[in-house]
Order: sequence, then structure tokens, then C-alpha cells
Amino acid sequence: MKTMNEDKQTTQQTGRYGKDFGGQYIPETLMTELEKITKAFNTLKDDPDFKAELNDLLINYANRPSLLYYAKNMTEDLGGAKIYLKREDLNHTGAHKINNVIGQALLAKHLGKKRLIAETGAGQHGVATATIAALMGFECEIFMGKEDTDRQKLNVYRMELLGAKVHPVTTGSMVLKDAVNATMQEWARRSDDTLYVLGSAVGPAPFPAMVKHFQSVISKESKKQVEAKEGRLPDMVVACVGGGSNAIGSFADYIDDPSVKLVGVEAAGKGVDTDRTAATIERGSVGIFHGMKSLFMQNSDGQIDPVYSISAGLDYPGVGPEHAALAQAGRAQYVGITDDEAVQAFEYIAKEEGIVAAIESCHAVAYVEKIAPKMSKDQIIVCTLSGRGDKDVASIAKYKGVDIDE
Amino acid sequence: MSNLSAIFKDHKAFIPFVVADDPDFDATVKNVVALAKNGADIVELGIPFSDPVADGPVIQSADLRAFKADVHTETVFDIVTAVRKETDVPLVFLTYLNIVFKYGYDAFLKRCDELNVSGLVIPDLPYENRGEIVPIADKYGIDIIPLITPTSGHRIKMIAEAATGFIYVVSSMGITGERNEFFNGLKDLVTEIKKYTDVPTAIGFGVHTPQQAQQMAGIADGVIIGSAIVDIVAKKKQAAPAAIETYTKQIREAVDQSPAKV
Repeated sequence: MKTMNEDKQTTQQTGRYGKDFGGQYIPETLMTELEKITKAFNTLKDDPDFKAELNDLLINYANRPSLLYYAKNMTEDLGGAKIYLKREDLNHTGAHKINNVIGQALLAKHLGKKRLIAETGAGQHGVATATIAALMGFECEIFMGKEDTDRQKLNVYRMELLGAKVHPVTTGSMVLKDAVNATMQEWARRSDDTLYVLGSAVGPAPFPAMVKHFQSVISKESKKQVEAKEGRLPDMVVACVGGGSNAIGSFADYIDDPSVKLVGVEAAGKGVDTDRTAATIERGSVGIFHGMKSLFMQNSDGQIDPVYSISAGLDYPGVGPEHAALAQAGRAQYVGITDDEAVQAFEYIAKEEGIVAAIESCHAVAYVEKIAPKMSKDQIIVCTLSGRGDKDVASIAKYKGVDIDE
Repeated sequence: MSNLSAIFKDHKAFIPFVVADDPDFDATVKNVVALAKNGADIVELGIPFSDPVADGPVIQSADLRAFKADVHTETVFDIVTAVRKETDVPLVFLTYLNIVFKYGYDAFLKRCDELNVSGLVIPDLPYENRGEIVPIADKYGIDIIPLITPTSGHRIKMIAEAATGFIYVVSSMGITGERNEFFNGLKDLVTEIKKYTDVPTAIGFGVHTPQQAQQMAGIADGVIIGSAIVDIVAKKKQAAPAAIETYTKQIREAVDQSPAKV
């Protein structure tokens, strides 16, 4: 019998997931470049030298493996399942984004590229890309929605400090989606010496597969770590989902373990039933955008809807094609957490565990707060903390009505 | 297959572009009629998309004006219905795949057939995914116009061999919008395409002056002008049809004077 992963191998080759999510829907100008990237990625991912180089940077630069931390206080307070936190917030640059950019930057080096360009929402992927560009000597340009440059000023300055040029994007709703548009346009203008380092598990093939590959280090580690501590697999893995890069990385190594429940937590914003939400899997429909067939927030004409979340990293109107397929197949479950619930979790985990986690990650924490008490004490949850929350302190204070000077 | 190819048979084609419902319904109808009556061979009508990743600022702004006029896919079909009362100029739609996908490939193409729309240009539909829509388009005799770009390289053969209607040759890297320099290998690019197909070629992206139009019509079988006309629509407002008439006549003359095919 074929395992799901074997099936996935075949889908990865054509860039399709499930029935027909994924694919390559992108202007002809970029198709030759995508062919080159696909070929290089397929060769390099199994190349011993490439793997050694990647591993060396992950260990000696990014501070991997990240801790699997037993959250004793939360576990006792919630009184149900045992809670482990996968601490991607402790990586260099403070988020899971570094895992993927190291991989893609090495790929860019092998392709002879001189320049890296990237979109960013909360700024974490932009910071990670600027960091690796500084380390490896690439030119770097980051595209960020004007709305986001305003709410994440610290990260803008951080990217500039690292030598990157930050372009505020003033088209559309001026958030993550528009930053992706602008980066694609720049790539169409100049691709011969440039790699678009896509930060999420979205876009045309091979990006969703590539981002998954480089982020799967999260679940490869957590599986070993939980087995070492508990001698068995967890019962549930929880991660937040915007485009879905930390979630697909957190799920990857468990997809073939049917006993492990996979839960992706989307940003419900003001509520999944309102029009101020980013809960794409719950509210979206099938469409074709940003190079992929997947689920999108859109109107009946197929115009992409503006989405909303307090979190600049989760307010994306689509979701990675593999998540759409996992949802369709029922292999993973996707739930919505509102702004209010996420902010409450931001405060909760700070007070209980002494961890200031990213507002994106706090969507996952909020779901753990809800589900853990309903589970038994001999069950285990692994929740990914995708990033640290320093960047969010000022805006959460503002949300709570406290005006502090950044 | 439509009869688009035949248009290029005995003369160089001029293919202007406007965005539907920019700035409103009646203006679009008048502008299309002005193009048709003053020498356009085919008119390309853009169906606005919220996120036009292949388009520059001029067409992006036109899309925004159309949304302000509350454009829907159905509005665009209504515009074509109104245009059809005044002219039978060959029409093609330019839009992004999601608009067609969401309407339903079959339903959309059926409407095109009913309104005598001959083809679709879909910038985010590469060769690899043509199979989703071409069989349905064939059923209604509508062409899915492919794009070939300066970066197409080894892909030219397969794209050209599968082409019907005409081939949209992209003049340079990047997105739509007026420019003064083009890819310097355009002549070779068109020669290469001709090795594989008799389907006519038209060059677009950035062409705006009569001199450029003449130069491009000297290289290919036709020339596509978008942003320059959309810019006239934006700047001249109510006076756009008259300005379009003048501009179209200039381009028509320039294209007709272009040297014959090499």
C-alpha cells in the first residue's frame, strides 16, 4: 500500500496537491525561471554537499535544534493535556522564517544569483531574508505593505540596519497580498540575477514544496524530541496559519501518522462570520491567484477580497495549496481564533510561562487554551510558537488602550 | 478556432486596448466604437481584476476607476452587447484566469461566443495549464491567445505550435506601461516563432508612439497598444473619443507605412 507521503512525492513533481490544488499560474515572463528553480531544487535537496551546508547553517547560525519546551504552568492551569511548545521563537531572528531563507539563499547561490527580493507581512520574513543576505553577501530588497510598515516600524528599521532596501507598497489594501504582487512584478522586471525568496508555503510550484521542505525541520525535530521525552507521538499538533509555512513545517513529519491530529489556526479577526476576517479555509472558495489554485477570500466575480487580522503575518487572502488539500481530505482541521482571543493568549502565555510570543503564534496558543482542558491528562499537544512577540508589544499595548512610545 | 488569424493576412494589424467600465459604461462603449471606426483591426477589452500582477500603474489605476463604477463580469458582457449594436469589430478579452474560472470556463466562453468575442488573453495562464480551458474554448471556436516573452527561450516551440488566433509577443521584461526601450532581440524572437507556426504575431507592452508602432509592425504582423490609450481615457475624460480618434488614425497610418515583412 502506498503511504500518503509516497502519493505526495508524485503530487510534488507536478506541483499538485489533492484533487488539483497548486500548479503554476504565472506570467510567461517567469516560467523559464521557475523551470530553472524547480530543476535546481529537485537536484540540490538530496545533494550531500547542499544538505551539509544547509545543516551547518541551521545549527551554527540559526541556533537549531529549537527547544521543545514543556509548558508546566500552562498544563497545570488548563488541567488537561500535557502541553509542549516548539520554540521557533528562539531561532536567530526570532521566528521560523530563518529555516526557509537559509535554504532558498543557498539555492540562490547555486543558481549564481546576486540579489534576493522578498515580500513581508509582519516583517519577520523580511528580517530573515535581509539577515541571510547580509551573511552571504546578496543585495536585498524587501516589499512591505504601507499599512504594515506603519504597524511594524521596528522591523522596518531592523531590515534597513541589515542593509536591505525596504519598499513600502501603496497599491491595493497595502498589506501582505499587495507586497506579494509588488515582489512578483519586480521579479518579472529583473529575474536573471534575482531570486524571489517566497516566505510562505504559497505561490506557483515549486515554492509550496520548497518552503515545506525547508520548514519540515520543525516537525522532524519535534518528533524526535517528543519521543525522547515521552516515548511516543503527540496526540495533537497545533500551529497558526496565514499562508501556512510554519504550519506545514510543523505538520510535515506527522502527516503519515494518522493518530496525530493536525490543527491549523487561522486568524478570524473580528469573527469568522464578519467581513473583517482572514479565515480563508473556513470562509474562502476555490480560486486561482498568486500562481496557485487554492482557497481564497474572494467575491462572486473572483475579485480578491480585502482581509483583516490584528496580525500582520496572518492577514493573507489565500492559503498554501497543501493546506487546502489537507483540509479537503480531512487530514487536518482548521479553526478560527479572533483578535480578542489572540490578544488574551498573548497576555496569558507571558504571565504563565514568561514567554512573549508573536501575535501570530498566539492564535495557536489561544486554541490550545480552549482544547487542552477538554483532553485527558495522558494526552500530549505540541504547539508551535512560530515567533517571538517583541515586535508586537507596542501594538498590543495600543489595542489595550495604552499608548507607549516605540 | 476563430477568424482572428485572417485579419493579419493582407495588412499589419493594430490592436488597441481599453479597460471595460473605465471610467463608466457609456464612455467605454464610445471609446471602443471610436477605436473601431478609426482603424483598429481588433479591440482588446480588459476585464478589471483586483490584483493585476502583470500590469503597471496606468492599467492598475484604470481597474480602480472601473471598480469605482461598480464593474462586475456581467457589466462587461453588457458593455459588449452595447458595442455590438454599433460595430462588429473583432473583440478579445484580456483578463486574469480567476475571473474566467469563477464565472465557470464553459459559461464564460459560451457568453463570449454569443457576443462574438473571438479570443481571450490571460497573462497568468502559462502553456502548462492551457489544457484546462483550450478544449472548452475550441468547442465555441474561441482562441486562447498565448504570450511569448524575451525569456521564453526553449519554450517558444511548444507555445508557438499550440497557438491559434495570434501570438502576443511581449516587447520586454516586466509589466505593462509605456517605455522607450525594448528587448533588442525582438526581430530574432519573431523569426524563431515563425519557424514553428503561421499564426500571426503582434507585439505589445510599452508601445506608445507612432514611430514605435511602425517599428514593431515592421518586425511582427501587428502591434498592441494598451497603456497609452488607457492614459488618454484617464486624461481626456469626456473628450476621450475625439482624442482616441486622432491617436488611432496616427497609429493606423504609421502601421500601414511600416516596411513589408522581411
